[in-house]
Amino acid sequence: MASLNEKVQDVFNEPACDKNQAKGEKERKKGCTKQLTPGAAAGGCAFDGAKIALQPITDVAHLVHGPIACEGNGWDNRGAKSSDSKLYRTGFTTDISELDVIYGGEKRLYKSIREVLDKYNPPAVFVYQTCVTALIGDDIEAVCKAATAKFCKPIIPINAPGFVGAKNLGNKLAGEALLEYVIGTEEPEFTTPYDINIIGEYNLAGELWQIKPLLDELGIRILACISGDAKYKEVAYSHRAKAAMMVCSKAMINVARKMEERYNIPFFEGSFYGITDTSESLRQITKLLVQQGAAEELLSRTEKLIFREETRAWEGINRYRAKLQGKKVLLITGGVKSWSVVSALQEGGMEIVGTSVKKSTDEDKDKIKELMGEDAHMFDDMRPRDMYAMLKECRADIMLSGGRSQFVALKVKMPWLDINQERHHAYAGYVGMVELVKQIEQALYHPVWAQVRKPAPWETLSSEVVEAKAA
Amino acid sequence: MAVVNTNHKSCTVNPLKMSQPIGAALAFMGLNNCMPTLHGSQGCTSFGLVLFVRHFREMIPMQTTAMNEVNTILGGMENIEQAIINIWERTKPAVIGLASTGLTETKGDDVEAHIKLIRAKHPELAETAIIYASTPDYVGAFQDGWSKAAVRIVEESAVYCQVKQVNRVNVLPGSHLTPADIDEVREIIESFGLCAVFIPDISGSLDGHIPEDFTPTTLGGTTTLELRTMGAARATIAIGEQMHAAAIELEMKTGVPYTMFDRLAGLDANDNFLQFLSNLSGKPVALKYRRQRSQLQDAMLDAHFFTGGKKIAIGAEPDLLWALGNFLTEMGCELSAVVTTTQSPLLEKMPAEEVLIGDLEDLEMRAKNCDLLITHSHGRQMAERLHLPFLRFGIPNFDRLGAAHKLSVGYRGTKELVFELANTFLAEYHEATPDSWRESFQEIGTELSNEAHTTCASNGSCSSCN
Repeated sequence: MASLNEKVQDVFNEPACDKNQAKGEKERKKGCTKQLTPGAAAGGCAFDGAKIALQPITDVAHLVHGPIACEGNGWDNRGAKSSDSKLYRTGFTTDISELDVIYGGEKRLYKSIREVLDKYNPPAVFVYQTCVTALIGDDIEAVCKAATAKFCKPIIPINAPGFVGAKNLGNKLAGEALLEYVIGTEEPEFTTPYDINIIGEYNLAGELWQIKPLLDELGIRILACISGDAKYKEVAYSHRAKAAMMVCSKAMINVARKMEERYNIPFFEGSFYGITDTSESLRQITKLLVQQGAAEELLSRTEKLIFREETRAWEGINRYRAKLQGKKVLLITGGVKSWSVVSALQEGGMEIVGTSVKKSTDEDKDKIKELMGEDAHMFDDMRPRDMYAMLKECRADIMLSGGRSQFVALKVKMPWLDINQERHHAYAGYVGMVELVKQIEQALYHPVWAQVRKPAPWETLSSEVVEAKAA
Repeated sequence: MAVVNTNHKSCTVNPLKMSQPIGAALAFMGLNNCMPTLHGSQGCTSFGLVLFVRHFREMIPMQTTAMNEVNTILGGMENIEQAIINIWERTKPAVIGLASTGLTETKGDDVEAHIKLIRAKHPELAETAIIYASTPDYVGAFQDGWSKAAVRIVEESAVYCQVKQVNRVNVLPGSHLTPADIDEVREIIESFGLCAVFIPDISGSLDGHIPEDFTPTTLGGTTTLELRTMGAARATIAIGEQMHAAAIELEMKTGVPYTMFDRLAGLDANDNFLQFLSNLSGKPVALKYRRQRSQLQDAMLDAHFFTGGKKIAIGAEPDLLWALGNFLTEMGCELSAVVTTTQSPLLEKMPAEEVLIGDLEDLEMRAKNCDLLITHSHGRQMAERLHLPFLRFGIPNFDRLGAAHKLSVGYRGTKELVFELANTFLAEYHEATPDSWRESFQEIGTELSNEAHTTCASNGSCSSCN
């Protein structure tokens, strides 16, 4: 079994990532996570990343081995939706005490696994390592191995304690755990030439369901989505898919690439954000499937569907286009989806006055340049103060970002739209794009702006009085 | 009087508890121009930050020393130094509030010594207060972290003052008080011609106002000057048992005598509070509050029909539990299922049979026959499963707006509590139907119909035969 250190090195050395391959040997060893600056850092830890990547698997019990902070401070806080089991929304943690820190927490972990199985009977338990339990040397791999043998259920160690790095690394380590312990351990009842995997889609706000009807219509089966609205067994037999789509940029590229190596499942990197991107992704899916032996008529059926849906979506967007034409958008995302959202907004007639590329790869940045032109305003690390200034000086009409920076916009009384984890609206596919444009229009033309921007009457009055007196 | 138990499970399911460091961070957020900073991995801060953003719907200043695997083992001094210097350069705060986490406590970083060394090395930091609280994640809960930070704020800032400000009162509010609660208490105290300084004061920083300019640190709260002059006050009022330690510390350092108020929800509790303020100031209770008291009495009379005999399942931190639990009992409710997060001397005095230090799974198991659930937003899944009406109290409250403006102290706040409680039961009120009482007759009914069968078997028109 590879040590955590080796595994971190392994995911850093990602041959399918051109950014990584462009680096020298020494640089590559350092990995792709930027060194964090104490006192000026933001964002989640590796554990957070691992949890984000795997928690959408709905019927699994996700057990966090650590002190109360890691689960207690943030459980049930993501918008991944389930069509069936709600178990993934139950918070399980060993909640270790001071005595566990001194004597070791392995026994508590083992007993916890037994309690979870007794009470909730999930098909599998995922055990997450955290900083404190890693530091005191709790061997969760050994405990999981013993528990798997004893209880005859897969007990999967997810070894991504927070202090090994940032969220993105946690995504990848979670993927490694799936590759090592889950994928390929079960067989589907049947397979078809139309089976695909979607990797790196978390079904936030139910976005997978904006795409699924299209695939259903084409007769394409999602064998496994890793991990949105997935069941444990689906991930376990996902190695029987014919092709795969990797969503969400590079977060789970190791899973896609290794499944290609091990099981011969070709993959492409695509996005369901934006009309052209959605169409392109559908084309790629069907192209790969036909390559893998599906009937060729799938291609023409796909084109027909794309034509119908694009027409419908354009009609939908055109209703708003007049009101959105030339509106300036400031786009601050985690970075991974920047370029796909950029093209989507341009379709709505809007102008992107700036976008963050903090977590984007060089390839992502190239794509943004391609879309926005060479003089694209890309910010590596935009400080809240700068966003604030940009909005206050009206260099942007609306900001699209994640929840934690929303108040930068709201406090200058400027429209803001949530496009991150906790958002309430789903923006994927053709319908999602129309919804996004509709939401932007609603935000921009909301009646509150005029009201809240108006100064209090006595403020204007007093200045008039002052002026009158002066005159 | 209650029996206090701790659950005997290995696995906590659906946590009620949150950890100490973020409790400490919230206390630091009540200081003006402050940057709360957690000494731990970046995730420790990130989880706390997201939690507060979702609860207050405000920009939350919070930083991290960003510990990784290597510097955790080698010791975190360098990271603390870098963090302090970076924060100082970027935001020039008056106070840096530092709280340790499980990670750095396991390693055993001697943060106080580190701070001394850093201060010696960096004279430019002389004007910036650095307040450190030791708050391991694996001990205690949120309110303990708040309490420890409050003690440390007092320890670091309070000095004896020769000159007294005759009207000044220090108020030490517990973490269960919202910004709206603090504003209400301030207004009550001011009505007696007194001037209240809250330590810490989240009503200045987290009440959801719109500042004129961008501030990367807290945008309100207790000022450094107010902290330095705590010793000039004529009295200290501590609200909630968790502030007892800070009140004692303040009295020991400055000689300002303290008075404890275990809660400010309920008619009786507020009578005591206003009488105390009246004695302290030598002024009568203002007409406004006499009127409010009368309104509360009237509200209680109107509501008692609907609240009497109701069974409540409640999960909350000890001080909030004490305040709400006693209020509910005073409204005739029965505390049937009571779960809390951490030890407190108040627990065994709770008007319930049992108080369990446990989680929401424990509460769910005990709540089956209850009429109402009261806990923080994480109770939403349980409420849905048990079909219980659900009132959100405590942190986090992420699926309803206005958490900062929820008022539950003073006569006015108690009145709002009374109405909220009674209205919840009224909304659940089921109209009577022809079958409402049938079940209670069923047993006896079958006996009779059996009899009827034997006596009038031949008569088809008898309804009991059909």
